Amino acid sequence: MADGRLCAKLGLTMKLIYRDQTWELKGKITVRDALKKVGLRPEAVLAVRDGKLITEDVLAGQDDVIRLIAVVSGG
Amino acid sequence: MKCTKCGQPAVINMRQHRLGLCADHFVEWVPQQVQRAIEKYDMFTPEDRVLIAVSGGKDSLSLWDILLRLGYSVEGIYINLGIPHDSYSDVSQQKVEAFAAAHDTPFRVVNVKREYGESIPEVARRKRGRSPCSTCGLVKRHILNEVTLREGFGVLATGHNLDDEAAVLFQNSLHWATGYLARQAPVLPASHAGLARKVKPLIRLYEREMAAYALVRGIDYIYEECPFSRGATTLFYKELLDQLEAESPGAKQQYYLEFLRARADGRLLPADAGKPVLNQCQKCGQPTTAPGTCSFCRLWDVEEAAHEDSNGDS
Ligand code: SF4
Ligand SMILES: [Zn+2]
Ligand SMILES: [Zn+2]
Repeated sequence: MADGRLCAKLGLTMKLIYRDQTWELKGKITVRDALKKVGLRPEAVLAVRDGKLITEDVLAGQDDVIRLIAVVSGG
Repeated sequence: MKCTKCGQPAVINMRQHRLGLCADHFVEWVPQQVQRAIEKYDMFTPEDRVLIAVSGGKDSLSLWDILLRLGYSVEGIYINLGIPHDSYSDVSQQKVEAFAAAHDTPFRVVNVKREYGESIPEVARRKRGRSPCSTCGLVKRHILNEVTLREGFGVLATGHNLDDEAAVLFQNSLHWATGYLARQAPVLPASHAGLARKVKPLIRLYEREMAAYALVRGIDYIYEECPFSRGATTLFYKELLDQLEAESPGAKQQYYLEFLRARADGRLLPADAGKPVLNQCQKCGQPTTAPGTCSFCRLWDVEEAAHEDSNGDS
């Protein structure tokens, strides 16, 4: 989780929220790269921004809040 | 990524189909896949009354939603297992109730503790050496089979998706458990008096697609896993297959669907493989592999439990 608090200096950060963890990432990167950065398998989660499901090629950054939903759950 | 059909932003990229879809086209596409499976494997028709086993999870609630949208005659059944951790069973039941209320559709609840005197964790504790999951599986199978037949449903549907089935297939082929391999199927016919017909309409869909469907349709499902599923080997197998899928899109689907094809063609196992000789339980009348009373009835047999205990380890 060293990447977790990379920096919030410029205020241009993306927030990733997964279960009880939150990461802040700087710059504009794809959802896929963001997931890799924080050590999550892109296949294992779905990404939701502003209540809408987005694909992993979407460029995110600049105050985007991305909620991650585990694919495997429930019985 | 853009929707292959309309050019709107896609909500999902299904690399195994080379298909990206927007929300509208995705929630249209999923029921089409289910309908294809229902027809291809002759699961049921609009004339059949279908009982759906619902757990409150994304797969079974989505299946319910899909079958209602496709116009089938369905009813839900929820089995409350009495798992107390974080009120797991009760919260799950609330999700089922909320779905049924929102869709104004019938469902029933069987509460294991109320019906038989003990919850699943309690039975598992009394029956030392029996894991909660094997107890749970046994109890669910028995109750679902019984209710399906007693209430005159033509068929019992469960929410197993392709990932569930591929993980089980992987486990069974690691052990070359030919009996299980012979019986793992999208349709289990009512091959014996006392056996309900069972179908799995979601077998063409990946778990990822089911989670996405529930999200896009706004289905409120139980997100937490059952506390007993932690560290379960099937979760590990799912992850392995997912890694394979990431390297080679479609591998998971091919692995499972080709298995079904090879077996149907007789390339894998002789046609009569896996047909167990069934007896009738002396107590409840349900089919059982061993003569005498079935393992479900023995579960509640306190005398026998005491006997087992005296032979037990501690
Ligand atoms: S994880 Fe085990 S105990 Fe929990 S619902 Fe599944 S089979 Fe039952
Ligand atoms: Zn579209
Ligand atoms: Zn019995």
